[in-house]
Amino acid sequence: MPLLQTQAISKSFGATRALREVSFEADSGRVLALIGENGAGKSTLMKVLSGAHLPDAGTMHLAGEPYRPTGPQDARKAGVAMIYQELNLAPDLSVADNVMLGCEMHALGWLNRRAQNRRVREALATLGYPDLDLQTPVNRLSVGMQQLVEVARALVMNARVIVFDEPTSSLTQNDVTRLFEVIRRLRESQRAVIYISHFLEEVREICDDYAVLRDGEVVGSGVLQDVDESQLVEMMVGRSVDELFPSVPHKMGEVVLKLDKLATPSLPIPADLELRRGEILGVAGLVGAGRTELLRAIFALDPVRQGTVQIAGQLSPHQPRARIRQGLGFVSEDRKGEGLAQIRSIEDNATLSRLQPYSTGGLLNLGKRRSAVDSWMKRLEVKALSTKQPIYALSGGNQQKVALARVLHQDADVLLLDEPTRGIDVGTKSQIYRLMGEQAAAGRAIIFVSSYLPELLAVSDRVAVMSRGRIREIRAAEDWTEETVMAISIRGSEADE
Amino acid sequence: MSDDKGPSPKSNAFSVQALNSFGVFLALVIVFLVFLVADQMQPDGGSFATWRNVTVICAQTSVIAVAALGMTLIIISGGIDLSAGTGLALAATALAWALDRGHSATTAVLLCVLVGSLCGTINGLLISTLRVVPFIVTLGTMSIYMGFAKYIANQTTIRPPLDAVPNWLSTLVSTNANDRWLGFPWGVWFALGLTIVMSLLLRYTVFGRYVFALGSNEATARLCGINVPLVKTSIYAISGGLVGIAGLYHFSKLSSANPTSGLGMELEIIAAVVIGGGSLSGGQGSVLGTLNGALIIAVIGSGCTLLGFQNFTTDIIIGGIIIAAVTLDQYRQRRFAT
Repeated sequence: MPLLQTQAISKSFGATRALREVSFEADSGRVLALIGENGAGKSTLMKVLSGAHLPDAGTMHLAGEPYRPTGPQDARKAGVAMIYQELNLAPDLSVADNVMLGCEMHALGWLNRRAQNRRVREALATLGYPDLDLQTPVNRLSVGMQQLVEVARALVMNARVIVFDEPTSSLTQNDVTRLFEVIRRLRESQRAVIYISHFLEEVREICDDYAVLRDGEVVGSGVLQDVDESQLVEMMVGRSVDELFPSVPHKMGEVVLKLDKLATPSLPIPADLELRRGEILGVAGLVGAGRTELLRAIFALDPVRQGTVQIAGQLSPHQPRARIRQGLGFVSEDRKGEGLAQIRSIEDNATLSRLQPYSTGGLLNLGKRRSAVDSWMKRLEVKALSTKQPIYALSGGNQQKVALARVLHQDADVLLLDEPTRGIDVGTKSQIYRLMGEQAAAGRAIIFVSSYLPELLAVSDRVAVMSRGRIREIRAAEDWTEETVMAISIRGSEADE
Repeated sequence: MSDDKGPSPKSNAFSVQALNSFGVFLALVIVFLVFLVADQMQPDGGSFATWRNVTVICAQTSVIAVAALGMTLIIISGGIDLSAGTGLALAATALAWALDRGHSATTAVLLCVLVGSLCGTINGLLISTLRVVPFIVTLGTMSIYMGFAKYIANQTTIRPPLDAVPNWLSTLVSTNANDRWLGFPWGVWFALGLTIVMSLLLRYTVFGRYVFALGSNEATARLCGINVPLVKTSIYAISGGLVGIAGLYHFSKLSSANPTSGLGMELEIIAAVVIGGGSLSGGQGSVLGTLNGALIIAVIGSGCTLLGFQNFTTDIIIGGIIIAAVTLDQYRQRRFAT
């Protein structure tokens, strides 16, 4: 008998049907991959599992008993724990206090720390970390270890089903390896693990079973060994893989961006680079290799210590304002933190870096601006109610399109795109690849930073591999394979040790 | 795995906290020594580092210190209470009013603490039910409480007849030799007792963990099944009770109560917490740190007076200390973070 079973779960929000008769099973001692594009209904399904939403129809059973949680705490008590992308920890509290938060062991309110520590230690030992210092405040742990603390909390609550939502999106390669080890231990201890992810390679590595969601429906499920990657993608997207990386022919022109020994405090090793019009230069490397720092240095977001930047043959003073004026556009990897003003509207965000066309003597012509933004939204197929909608109300993919609309609206000659496809669905990714190709064909140059090698190799003309703050090697994209890119990323770091 | 822990295994939450409190204590010692030396260099100096002056400093700071104990709780939980000053004056006014009306001292004192506690409870309820940020709610109640105090006092200062004020109340923070017990007025000992109780509450009880959890990440606290509105209201209620007790001290100083005398006190109370290492973004702070913070302010006040500085100099110096303390704290946090 499966440990967790859902039968024909449906959930609607107004006219939108987020889930349609979703049925799946999670067995103890197995890892179930729940895959699907953004908006496919994964997060709604998760909220139903965790009790944050009540389903409109359908039933759930946990170990044969009817399971109908009324809230996250209720779900936890029943034995279903969620590990969200955004970790739920109290950063100032210690490891032990975080693990026991909400289920403290006490006598009349007086904490029994000894008993608590024993229990926490036990949970950590199950996960393979018996030696973690219990008194360290969690804000001094790496994201990977913080995640571990959350898993330990689930164990302390006797969780039988543990759901991971995109757990690796903010982890380094080492942490990912470690997390997988933890998940294997959970599997060995006969718990059921549900693993939600975009990354099919990861899914293949850690999961046993799969269920694919598309438009709120389960379009396929079974044992992972029976399907190959392209079949999974087809199920997710509803079309074949060939259409995923649309190629737009483009030609290289003269040099438009030239770095000469550019260095900043966070990019201490001087970098040299040349970029031509009509070129897409991919930048690969592990997290921490200095890719974002390179882009920040080029855009003068970090104080430049030495070196020069030439844009179209002109030396550029080291200020973001000057860079924008000379035709550079930057899309940050951190949409929430610095890329977009979340509470401001689409039109404000899309035009912030270039308001001149709509201003006369400092006064804005809002109507003119709105119609301009409107046409950009149509071109990029941004799904929103109006140009006035605030950013936070949009899905990740649409937010990213607004961020791109800003640099396009700015009419930048050189686009610096930092992980432009992170956390967005396959369909939107494909649109963004096409857009990049079109921009290159129009004579613009693009620096494209990505951790996802297949897209990097498919979309770029040349690929630079960075490690330890250094550009190690640049070759034409067709001269790289995923293996050689990885080899350079890793070897570089060892050579410096 | 050791690479992830960053700090050495020996450094744990307790020692970090102890270190923070110790840092504030060290600052107190330094401030004290600076004034000691400056005082000695004066032609008629030597009165700063006397037992008598130390007693006066402690007695004077106890109003702020007691109220700041509650404020520590609030600030750790990520809140703020701007109404602490006027709430304190309201409690003191209620006390004076009751004594003036001929009620027994016990009734009056109970009323005082009760009024303080009620003020806090109202803050807590408003914050958790209206979901308005504490800054705004208490900005509002700050004015409301002062209004009530004025109403009770009929816009003047209430001076209950001297024989209505029991001796133990009027000598609460008296520094006369025969009012002292083991060197200090009993009010100072009581304040110290409260400090210890609050310190234990924060460190060894489930409630204490919830206070930190709330200030650290409220969403997580809710997810872990903590009754957030209840804990919040309790925090403000307890803090209000302490504000009420501070009202006793306030009344005792002059044996009278002025409804507007609490204005501005909230800032001194908050300053004590902040100098003591409390973080206005929540999750951090300690009762011992706050006590030291309050003492630092008092030592500077006393030192400046004895050095013949004018009142405004003291204000400027304290302002500078607040900014310096927070800057230093942030710098230290950042160093730990890497």
